[in-house]
Amino acid sequence: MNREQVMERLTEIFRDVFDDESIVLTVNTSAKDIEDWDSLEHINLIAAVEKAFRMRFTMKEVSGMKNVGEMADIVMARGKANR
Amino acid sequence: MLQELCYPFDADAIMQKRRRLLRQLKEQQGGVNLRIAVLGGSTTSDIVKMLELFLRNRGIVPEFYESEYAQYWEDAMFDNPELAAFHPELIFIHTSSRNIREFPQVRDSAELCEHKLHQTYTHFEQMWEHLNAVYGCPVIQNNFELPMTRLLGNREVGCPQGRIDFISRLNVMFYDYAASHNNFYIHDIQYLSACYGLDKWLDPTYWHLYKYALAVPAIPEFAYNLSNIICSLMGRNKKVLALDLDNTLWGGVIGDDGQAGIEIGQETSVGQAYAELQGYLKAHEDIGVLLTVCSKNDPENAISGLNHPDGILKPDDFTLIKANWEPKSQNLLDSANELNLLPESFVFVDDNPAERAIVQAQLPDTAVVAFSSVEDCILALDRSGYFEVTTLSADDAKRNAMYKENAQRQAAAQQFANYADFLKSLEMTAEIQDFDAISLPRITQLTNKSNQFNLTTKRYTQSEMEETAASSEYIRLCGRLKDKFGDNGIVSVVIGRKEGDTLHMELWLMSCRVLKRDMELAMLDELVRTAREQNISRIFGYYFPTPKNGMVKDLYESFGFTKVSEDADGNTVWELAVTDYVPKNQVIRIKEEAIL
Repeated sequence: MNREQVMERLTEIFRDVFDDESIVLTVNTSAKDIEDWDSLEHINLIAAVEKAFRMRFTMKEVSGMKNVGEMADIVMARGKANR
Repeated sequence: MLQELCYPFDADAIMQKRRRLLRQLKEQQGGVNLRIAVLGGSTTSDIVKMLELFLRNRGIVPEFYESEYAQYWEDAMFDNPELAAFHPELIFIHTSSRNIREFPQVRDSAELCEHKLHQTYTHFEQMWEHLNAVYGCPVIQNNFELPMTRLLGNREVGCPQGRIDFISRLNVMFYDYAASHNNFYIHDIQYLSACYGLDKWLDPTYWHLYKYALAVPAIPEFAYNLSNIICSLMGRNKKVLALDLDNTLWGGVIGDDGQAGIEIGQETSVGQAYAELQGYLKAHEDIGVLLTVCSKNDPENAISGLNHPDGILKPDDFTLIKANWEPKSQNLLDSANELNLLPESFVFVDDNPAERAIVQAQLPDTAVVAFSSVEDCILALDRSGYFEVTTLSADDAKRNAMYKENAQRQAAAQQFANYADFLKSLEMTAEIQDFDAISLPRITQLTNKSNQFNLTTKRYTQSEMEETAASSEYIRLCGRLKDKFGDNGIVSVVIGRKEGDTLHMELWLMSCRVLKRDMELAMLDELVRTAREQNISRIFGYYFPTPKNGMVKDLYESFGFTKVSEDADGNTVWELAVTDYVPKNQVIRIKEEAIL
């Protein structure tokens, strides 16, 4: 998977979780850019991304990720395409 | 109902699409409101969100109070104006083995272990007693899941220092409390976590990261199981199994293969699986579920299949047998009409996905059990929780017999040219009296599940009903009807609130299994008689329309009440002057003294 494919799939997941089709992700997107992205929704987001890419984030990664770009980096390193 | 939220569901998809699902549910017609206080010993936010989805899908619109993180005990035990103002109608205590403060240590003496066990139990029991005294509403309490690790290995059991031993004994103490207290229900997360897989359930990252006592992906299963208890308490259980025959209750096609050719019984492995399924279905009679047949077959073939000598289910086990070539959705509707039930009370079991799809499309509120092969069917049905048992009333076990008696009554009715003659031939006797302690659970159960013959659809918790029963502000009547075919039990409940010399009917309902028997007239006669005794001069009746109670729209008019007002939503108010009233019941003998 290249970065573009990962970002595309992440966008779908974000749109699902926040029920907002207008979300457009960039590598710099972070919690302060999406109104509903609080610590509770973060849990759902992580669970959905883990499921989609058949991988698990470590505890350290979950609490340390600063933006979508960092999330994509981890996914590209360890994730698998699920379809 | 949203199919995505029906069992079996895709838990991950539900989590991911929660917001959209909630939006869709909110667009659907509302339901009954329920205020639920969730007192957690760990994080509860996603549990509450998932619970809301499953409850709304079954017609319950919840409002939640959530305790601050892990404050379940403090919230319950100490003065809590916020919780008091919330007026919870249900309390759920979400604790887990993470909330056990003091486990026994390996070096503890047996006495100290015992002491710790009782101390832990008392911590909870005090809280339940306090909640009951202050709020008096039903309480649902998790039991304890097994721990992740076993320091003592297999010696964790059978040794008081073992944690598994400790948890097992604690759970039994919880169950004893549940067995001896009304309004207290165990949410069995020990079973649930075993089904889910304990290692996955207890994945520690979710505890360390978010302080969840169970894995986040397990939350939909958890919330669904919890919602089943709540649906059952709110009278939302299903009532009838509609069963296909060929390749559902036996292997093969009876019309082609003949009685000797179908597979059922101990001769083959497939036959055994069908026999096991038949046994599981038959056991449902004991919890008050009605069994019906919904099959494309000639009737004589259907009966011949059910009379197979190795079959467990016999023709007599079924309240209704629909074996013909009409569409199954039509047969289901006909069955519902004949039993005076709604299609939403039915669970349809059929091996053929096409038949399932048709029923699902035509009758969206009927539950459809999806399974691919006979050996999967029991599990699919069992886990769906459609018949969740919270209380077993004596009536439940008798329900099949009652409906069968009804079928006999219908057969008898056809012998009479005149309906009044038929009613007289039933030799009906009614006992109509004030509520008593023995009848209260049945009165509450009937009140909360009657939808059709129900003028106000007002719901009561057990404790609200107890308060109403004890108050001098009300005139209350419950009616029991017997006839020559059997005892129908308590079938009608009426509650009126006194205000000076007027009486305001807050509740008037009747079980549909005694429709068209003039029982409502007997209730009215008795109500007016009691009202006169208590110097009431006028009775006000209220009809609040719902999607289900159209059949009683004109009830008060038929009683001789005069319409006082009607608002834009169709809510009507009716008035009756007591003095002019002439008793109406001609066919039911009223028993003066209740026989208990």
